[in-house]
Amino acid sequence: MISFLKRNNKPDFWIKYLDKFKPKSPNKISKTRFVVFDTETTGLEPATDRILSIGAIAVKNNNILVADSFEIYIKQEKFNRDTVKIHGILKQGHLKKTTEIEALEMFLNFIGNSVLVAHHIGFDLKMINTALKRMNLGRLKNKTIDTGVLYKKLNDKENKHFSLDVLCDAFKIPKHDRHTAAGDAYLTAQLFLKILSKIKQERTLHYSDLFRNSENKGLL
Amino acid sequence: MIMKNTIAERIYDFLKNFPPFDALKKEQLLKIAAQVKVIYVENESFIFKQEEKPNANFYVVKEGAIGLFRSVEKDNILVDKCDEGDIFGLRALIQNDIYALSAKTKEESILYAISVELLHEIIETNERAKKFLIACYSTNIKSPYAKNSKGQLFANEDVLQLNKSNINDIQTVNFHKNPVSCTKNISIKEAAQIMCSKRVGSILIVEKNKPIGIITDKDLRVKIATGKISINDKITKIMSSPVITSQEGISVAEAQIAMLKHKITHLCITKDGTPNSNLIGILSEHDIVVLHGNNPSVLVKELKRATNVNSLRYIKEKANNLLKGYIEQDIPISFILKIISEINDVLAVKAIGFSVDEMPFKPPVKFTWLALGSQGRHEQLLVTDQDNALIFENVSKENYKSTQLYFIKLAKKITKKLHFIGYDYCPAKMMASNPNWCQSISVWKNQFNKWITTPTDEAIMMCTIFFDYSLIYGDKTLVDSLSDNIFKSIGGFEVFLNFLGKNALKNPPPLSFFRQFLVEQDGKHKDQFDLKSRALMPLIDAARLIALSHHIKNVSGTISRYEKLIELEPKNKDLYQSCIDSFKILIRYRTKQGLKNGNSGRFVNLAYLSKSEKLKLKGCFKPINAIQELLNIRYNLSQMM
Repeated sequence: MISFLKRNNKPDFWIKYLDKFKPKSPNKISKTRFVVFDTETTGLEPATDRILSIGAIAVKNNNILVADSFEIYIKQEKFNRDTVKIHGILKQGHLKKTTEIEALEMFLNFIGNSVLVAHHIGFDLKMINTALKRMNLGRLKNKTIDTGVLYKKLNDKENKHFSLDVLCDAFKIPKHDRHTAAGDAYLTAQLFLKILSKIKQERTLHYSDLFRNSENKGLL
Repeated sequence: MIMKNTIAERIYDFLKNFPPFDALKKEQLLKIAAQVKVIYVENESFIFKQEEKPNANFYVVKEGAIGLFRSVEKDNILVDKCDEGDIFGLRALIQNDIYALSAKTKEESILYAISVELLHEIIETNERAKKFLIACYSTNIKSPYAKNSKGQLFANEDVLQLNKSNINDIQTVNFHKNPVSCTKNISIKEAAQIMCSKRVGSILIVEKNKPIGIITDKDLRVKIATGKISINDKITKIMSSPVITSQEGISVAEAQIAMLKHKITHLCITKDGTPNSNLIGILSEHDIVVLHGNNPSVLVKELKRATNVNSLRYIKEKANNLLKGYIEQDIPISFILKIISEINDVLAVKAIGFSVDEMPFKPPVKFTWLALGSQGRHEQLLVTDQDNALIFENVSKENYKSTQLYFIKLAKKITKKLHFIGYDYCPAKMMASNPNWCQSISVWKNQFNKWITTPTDEAIMMCTIFFDYSLIYGDKTLVDSLSDNIFKSIGGFEVFLNFLGKNALKNPPPLSFFRQFLVEQDGKHKDQFDLKSRALMPLIDAARLIALSHHIKNVSGTISRYEKLIELEPKNKDLYQSCIDSFKILIRYRTKQGLKNGNSGRFVNLAYLSKSEKLKLKGCFKPINAIQELLNIRYNLSQMM
């Protein structure tokens, strides 16, 4: 009853987003649309920091679909001088920027019910969920995969923390556009495909294996 | 405000380095980049298989390597290997035909898949890109020319080069007006008789002035000579119909595309370009071949008729175009060397002839004009410096000065003309106009003798230039007597060869211990690879040295020297043959570089080479190491170092 009322107070895009989870999604890896994404933020504190930009790209059947990608920059009230040197996004810049709510709407439209993939996804999820909460919306409903965790599913990988840089080096992925959301999303997408292929060389990989043991321990 | 697409820009950054994408405008390529599918393919997996229907994409290799295989019964024959920047899967797409080959990864790879719609957009909007794609595509179906170049070896950039260098491709084609034609009611035999009497390879079947069909030699061969159809049947039985038509003013490139696309050899030209309008002409594949202007004999004839230095210059320019055409068409390099050297020689002969005529009186004694260095070796493809020398007959002491002055004056006229034709003056003044290199035969003999018996560094350097001489003009006995004398001197002072050997090794092998290219450390060409001194000269120097040690006379070309050495040292056949192969590839590559950049092609910027080009270059270096090793052992060079 409460949830029904709540639902009525929500903006259309949120309702549309929730509706996308009603039909049963395919549970074959080759038919699944994965959305690999990354956020750039003003800092590492979800409670007080803000998302500066979101980059995302779809992956389906071993193809990275550049035409199905997403890149957005968000207008800021809060501005953290210290992290500018990492992400290079200025408060006023020449890039087209949107408001946070518009950005979330576009992002939810883009991801739909796809499986979300990110490197150390916990942090990115937390940032987005916090932003959703500020808008009085619920949490993301998507299934999620952390490439950092996925990598550990390979044989003989110690249970330690692997940064995106380390893994890109290990998989010989040239690190262009590092620390832009879209650039990192693209790197992560390549990493994702390479890890999947490595796992497939070791054993048969089922859809459900992707999610097992996923501990959303991110870069928190 | 800018909408940013970081990923598309990254893909754009890659594609823009490779043809045909380098010919596209930035916005256009960005648009394509934004539509690319990035495909990750594991090792040993198929992208497509022979005889499958075409995918909706063609592919560009981003990283990794793809093998293209042809399955014949149970064998899979590797036909081609695609590396970074290479394109594959195109032919089936253009022709909407099944794949003729299978594509399979040879290592894990990342591919950019580009859709057929985008392909059409590229073809329709960009002439240069279109030309390139068609070239890729036609080499795939025709697999022409030498095995080492297979349409790809360093070839990519040059196909595009063509349009820039205005060789006909965007020019309109001259077609045959009033083509041989007949009506549809005659018999095959009658048609063949008409073709015979008019000496043509095709005949058009016309109805009310409109082309309705065509018969070519091939139809007669395939359909008649095989006995399938009687020669008394109506021609309509064997004619190809409808005909492919085009409008007047079609460009060479367009005509080629149309022929490739429809797998035909003749295009009908009609008034409005459709089969429903009046026939005005016919264009055959042969016409296009001729149009490429590849007729050196015409050029040499023209050259022989030339009456002034302006026409020499004009002919030299035409020869350069010829060279471009040859290189582009992957004509064997030894053939190119022969033709171009022949033209160079005749140009020099003409320049000398004109100069002699201009002198106030005839030469007082016999003389000989020698070409030195690369022209002496007949390896001067790109226009570089002129190096030459003049030998005159011995004269009495009191007449020496005046005779020399006469020949210096003559030589100045000649070098000036050569300069006008397009050969730069030699910066080191190794020209017959320099009194040092315009001497009597005895003085020359002494000069060589001195170089041989006192092999200072400078003397050795001179030898590397002056030992590659060839007779251009004048008296042959003078040259022969000089050659004999040189071998006599060397015979009496064998250690000279060791010094020459030491010099041949002064350029270290082109690769470092770590298989890295050795590049220039400083100066104008910092970080560039010196193709001439690191790759070509070691092969040239080694050939000269070993040829001299065998007293091989009057053979100055590097390839002919190695060929001679194969005869004389059959046990080293493989090594010398590999040196010939490397030399051919390297000189072709240098020529391409030079033509592309409008310079001597000597320095290569490694940053612009793809992985596969680097590998191919490295492949040429193996024989260099091997031949240097042979020199080292044969001439005990390690002790001399």
